[in-house]
Order: sequence, then C-alpha cells, then structure tokens
Amino acid sequence: MIGLTSYLTLAAILFAISVAGIFLNRKNIVVLLMCIELMLLAANINFIAFSHYLNDSAGQVFVFFILTVAAAEAAIGLAILVTLFRSRRTIDVEELDTLKG
Amino acid sequence: MTITDFLFFAFATVVIGSALGVVSSKNPVHSVLFLVLTFFSSAAIWLMLEAEFLAIALVLVYVGAVMVLFLFVVMMLDINVAKMREGFVSYLPAGLLFALLMLGVMVWVVGPVGPDVMATAGLDKAVRHAADYSNTEALGEILYTDYVLAFEIAAVILLVAIVAAITLTLRRRPTTKYQTPGKQIQVKRNDRLKIIKSDAEVLK
Repeated sequence: MIGLTSYLTLAAILFAISVAGIFLNRKNIVVLLMCIELMLLAANINFIAFSHYLNDSAGQVFVFFILTVAAAEAAIGLAILVTLFRSRRTIDVEELDTLKG
Repeated sequence: MTITDFLFFAFATVVIGSALGVVSSKNPVHSVLFLVLTFFSSAAIWLMLEAEFLAIALVLVYVGAVMVLFLFVVMMLDINVAKMREGFVSYLPAGLLFALLMLGVMVWVVGPVGPDVMATAGLDKAVRHAADYSNTEALGEILYTDYVLAFEIAAVILLVAIVAAITLTLRRRPTTKYQTPGKQIQVKRNDRLKIIKSDAEVLK
C-alpha cells in the first residue's frame, strides 16, 4: 500500500542521487546544473505529495513558483556558461579560478 | 497489489534509474536525455497525486523549454568528455558515503523504518476528488486571489531572466556592419540626391 511515506522516500532517494551527482561530476558545470534541477524536482515531489495528503492546494502553488524560479535560474546559468565558454574555451570548474573579468 | 501501487513502483523505478543515468553518463547529451525521462516519469507520479496542471506544466515547460535549452547548450559547447570524467572514480567513495548518509537520515525521518509520524499526524490517507473536480480551476482560484502578488513577482522574475540571458549572450562583433536607424531617418533628400542640369545632346 503506497502512502505519503512512499512519495517522500522516492523524493529522498532522488535528492540523495543528485547530491552524489554533485560530488561525482564536479568538473562539468552542465551536469552540476542538471543535478540542481534534480534536487528541485525532489523538493517539488515532496510539496505535491504533502499538498495531496493535506488536501491543500497551497503546496501546488509553491511548486508553480519553484518551477518559475528554476526556469529563470537555468536560463541565466546557461547564459553565463555560454559566455564563460566563449572567453575561456573550457567549462572545467577547476580551470575557472581567476576573478578577473 | 493494486494497479495504483504497480504504477507508482513502475514510475518510481524509472525515476530513480534515469536519475542514476543523469549523474553517471559519460556523455552530457545522454545526461540531458536521461533528465528528460526523469521529468516525464515524475510528471506521471504527479498525475497520480492529482496535480494534473503541474504535471502537464512540467512536461510542456520543463521538458519542452528548459531541457531543450540544456540540449542546445550542451551540443553547442565543445566539451572534452574524457577530461571531464577525470576524478569520477576518486570522488565515488566520498560521494556515495555522503549520499547514503543523507538518504539514511531522510528515510529514517519520513520513511517506513522510523517512528510512524504520518499516522499520528493523520497524514496516512488522502481525500480522493470526484471525477468532475478540476485541479486547474482550483489552482487558478487561489493563484489569482491569495497569491496574486507572488504571481506578479514571478512574472517580473521571468522578465528579468529574459533580459539577463539576452544581455549576457548578445555579442557585437567588430567586423559586422550594422544599420543605425536613427541616422537613417535623419537623411534629407539633398544628402543623397544631386540633380544635374545638362543640355540635350544629339547622338551622331
């Protein structure tokens, strides 16, 4: 029988996978951004599960705003990534160690 | 096992499997495609939680726009895949340890192994809505009344994101020639056109 705990456990597993992904892919900024998207997805699953089991739509409104902000974040992050790649020809985190524009 | 249980476990398996694919793929393009699969199966799980509007929004907005943006950027950048994978194995123990520790704590709090907080809080059963219940309508009713200010701020955030993304990536090459509309419309007839009087000549 699935219940609230099943959904919360699924979200916890998803979050743990994305934390591991941030550890493992610490050279590639694109995969780091994707891991952040996965983390936000795990948080959204939690919100929607609680919204369903508390019978309160406010949780879904929060997910709506999280999706908005995550889309804005992805757009700006990828724009920064493109300009970074243009000037440095790399997206390796370890080579991006100068603070001079 | 009911059909909903079966569907939940099927989609949850796909979510977890494709999330593992995202973090462990060699090629970033494969990572993006695994992420698309994760979003699709999460949308299915959201449908089971009666969040139909958000499930469709996830597929249309996230998979349709954000993931395509990711795919564009990944394919546009010339990434040395082998170099990016350096250190994957050496970070593996630390990453796994940290993730498992975190997972253990979270599952102990919310999951089936720890104290049964959900039953004591009365969260163990959900209200199933009738077939004519509209999730979109219910969401819209509170979004445009109670949360209208937050909704407008979200619109401004999106506008700022558009402006920021365009200004960051817009590039003016010195060799490219541009028109200047201001100068174009200031041109008078006399700047461009000269009328020369000449006598008529007879060709021989």
